[in-house]
Amino acid sequence: MGKLQVTEQSKRYKVIGTRPVRHDGEDKVTGRARYGGDLFFKDLLWCKVLRSPHAHAKILSIDASRALRLPGVMAIVTSADLPRLEDRMVESGEGVENLKFMTDRLLARDKVLFKGHAIAAVAAVDVWTAEEACNLIEVKYEPLKAVVDPLEAMAEGAPLLHGTLTTMTLGKKVQKASNVCTHTQFKRGDVHAAFKGSDVVIEREFRTKTTHQGYIELHTATALARSDGQITVWTSTQGGFAAREQIATILALPLSRIKVVPMEIGGGFGGRIPVYMEPIVALLSIRTGKPVKHTMTRAEDFQATGPASATVSRIKIGARKDGTFTALQAWMAYEGGAFPGNWGATGAMCVFSAYKAEHLLVDSLDVMTNTPKVAAYRAPSSPQAMWGVDSVVDEIAETLKMDPLELRLKNAVEEGSLKADGLPYGRIGLRECLLAARQTEHWKSPLPEGPYTGRGTAVGFWHNAGLQSSAIVPINMDGTASVVTGSVDIGGSRASMAIIAAETLGLKAEEVRPSVADTDSIGHTDVTGGSRTTMTTGQAVYEACQDAIAQMKLRVAKLWDTQAEHVEFKDGRFVHAKDPGKTMTVKQLAPNLPRTGGPVQGRASVLTRQPGAGFGCHIADVQVDPDTGKVTVLRYTAVQDAGTAIHPSYVEGQMQGGVTQGIGWALNEEYVHNERGEMMNPGFLDYRMPTFPDVPHIETVIVEVPNPNHAYGVRGVGETPIVPPMATLHNAIAHAIGARVRSLPMTPHKVLDALMETAKMAAD
Amino acid sequence: MTGKRIVTATINGKAVWLAVDNRMSLLDALREAAGLTGAKEGCLTGDCGACSVIMNGRVVDSCLVMAAEAEGATLTTVEGIANGSQLHPLQKQFLRHAALQCGICTPGFLVSAKALLDATPNPTEHEIRYWMAGNLCRCTGYEKILSAVKDAAAELRNAKG
Repeated sequence: MGKLQVTEQSKRYKVIGTRPVRHDGEDKVTGRARYGGDLFFKDLLWCKVLRSPHAHAKILSIDASRALRLPGVMAIVTSADLPRLEDRMVESGEGVENLKFMTDRLLARDKVLFKGHAIAAVAAVDVWTAEEACNLIEVKYEPLKAVVDPLEAMAEGAPLLHGTLTTMTLGKKVQKASNVCTHTQFKRGDVHAAFKGSDVVIEREFRTKTTHQGYIELHTATALARSDGQITVWTSTQGGFAAREQIATILALPLSRIKVVPMEIGGGFGGRIPVYMEPIVALLSIRTGKPVKHTMTRAEDFQATGPASATVSRIKIGARKDGTFTALQAWMAYEGGAFPGNWGATGAMCVFSAYKAEHLLVDSLDVMTNTPKVAAYRAPSSPQAMWGVDSVVDEIAETLKMDPLELRLKNAVEEGSLKADGLPYGRIGLRECLLAARQTEHWKSPLPEGPYTGRGTAVGFWHNAGLQSSAIVPINMDGTASVVTGSVDIGGSRASMAIIAAETLGLKAEEVRPSVADTDSIGHTDVTGGSRTTMTTGQAVYEACQDAIAQMKLRVAKLWDTQAEHVEFKDGRFVHAKDPGKTMTVKQLAPNLPRTGGPVQGRASVLTRQPGAGFGCHIADVQVDPDTGKVTVLRYTAVQDAGTAIHPSYVEGQMQGGVTQGIGWALNEEYVHNERGEMMNPGFLDYRMPTFPDVPHIETVIVEVPNPNHAYGVRGVGETPIVPPMATLHNAIAHAIGARVRSLPMTPHKVLDALMETAKMAAD
Repeated sequence: MTGKRIVTATINGKAVWLAVDNRMSLLDALREAAGLTGAKEGCLTGDCGACSVIMNGRVVDSCLVMAAEAEGATLTTVEGIANGSQLHPLQKQFLRHAALQCGICTPGFLVSAKALLDATPNPTEHEIRYWMAGNLCRCTGYEKILSAVKDAAAELRNAKG
């Protein structure tokens, strides 16, 4: 389906770039694969959670005595049962979090800060009894005024979520209490002077609404605490180790007491990095001695897990007549939800990630609101920041009568260009993506015929994370191999790990058996997130294979009666350096392992600090219905630099999936809040994600600009593709109707309003 | 409403009886009482299609059917699509096309697609997209699912000759 641009680099490989069937595939098409919710024990207790009906209120009292008397109720816990943690920041998954707030987020202590905030959890013999018990818990509230809009939350006199928290502005604490927890600034040169000297300056304001990852599997966790103090937690998580750390921290237990078994996971997109239920079911299991399971409803999932920030941004770009950008300025406010976060700071790094300019000024704020604490959602903070930029860039292209791809090429960042924080990019592939986009059939072909059609293009960026990974590669006695890593497989990464091992060891992909280990069975591995798995865990697998090869060289040397330094490993086989005719494959060696020193297993742990940024460029054709304002996406092409595509089908899949989530974010998806701060659409019927008929064919072009920091040139690919669709569709709609809708989602009524505005202006 | 009952049904060609709570959905009964966890919980409100099963020839969201309603019914779940160790062409094509990423929606898509191809051996692209409009996938963007269903339909037609 997709077109792979084969570079000289990837032609060198035998297994990399092929498309074997994934090793875990058959279990997933036959229903045998075990996801988090698929565990049942004979003596299982079911957990249900009492949640706040208010978006903001003081908790005056909690009385669970009636609920505890209900037959079948085994235990009830509230925040009083959790250890009080100190006021200290800790690393947690993709960001940092204050310990004190971690427990308050899990079970409200003195105040509820969003509708759906958990207050008490019940373990009972069945789910109906647990539900009934929740209804019997009496909570007295003193409702407070709620604030959900980031601008309103910043205003003078806005209700304060945390009475004493002040703003950390440019690294310094401000005295006055506020809902703004952080103000981040990046500055280079003098934008104000540069704007004065520019031929074109365009400044616009943009808004986005809260969106959700929308993974299909409900949040679920099961725990069993034994009387000897050992706890096992089975859960769908993006990282067994991250889950274990959070559980241990919240329950103040040593890591060695907890084993997390990461089950097959039904999507994450960043939303399964924080834990919501795991410490609570563990605590309930400690209290009852029985396994305890909790599965959220979809309404709970929308209302009580971390979505992506709503934002307000003002983007200003100056350019010379020839299209060269002179100055870039952004002011952004990110909804952070009920507790301090760092999403505005993340957005500040992304906003101008694609363009060069001598002068730059970025101010970005994290604003606390009476909504669930924001979590990572695929390239977190980047879509909200970048879409406004590519709208303004498109307007500059129109003003200067330049081709939009040409204008982007003229200003695109390349190796050595400075990022917002002043550090230079390494080898990146934005220019190659723009050049490839220009060569696509799509860009070269005329717009589909018909009224109100338009074409748009835009770019996207994600840093890609590096972090820590561990891998073990045992060599089997028949010369096949296993690959064990700690990276949860959400989208086919086991197949990629097997391909990397097969390539390195001179085996076939089918001869390698990949698996994901629990936290007792492998070294620390960070979450599957940040597009880091194929890159960093892949690097760990490569290094573990090299470790195995180094050990095997000693064995081959024994068999050849020579020294190890005379044994080389080339093109998938051992070669005698002095006698190149003498060769041996891993398969030929393997049966000799017992008599040459015993089993061989390679192992490696890596920490990647230079993961290699990812860029993409998208093209879309749309048609707008002038009577209803409905936008139909007619054609879509995504171009992306993957570094090296290990399994091209899964790279294409990431691109197509990212585009589809982006289409949803651009056209449909939003949290609709009422004046009391309640989400009015907490279900898939009303929070409408793209369905099969909503999306067009999504063509893919993989560009390969190898990442010099990876053995096989891999870059992360998962997150970048969600970034360009909003601006791509926004620009396409602008060209279709002659007006710009600067507020996401671009719903039919907003598009219709814009259309009527242009009609009115034309009539005047 | 409370209380338990025995439900007898034919599931994947086998006559079974299941002890269920009266409050259980068919989805709960399949997963907990029958041990068939292939049908998944995605929303429990009939919006995502992850729990799709074929009941008396019709695709239903098993989360919206009470277990008691399945008395005497003939049911096919994802576990019943393969012919013993021989995968159904849909299953093979889903694997060949990498038409799944996380795989949680896959059982629902396979069940839904099977019902489509049973009734319509040569569906148009439009028919495939709309038949499965009730099955949400958040990972793939549907493109590879479309290719897999088309190729499975062709494979089945060729096999019938």
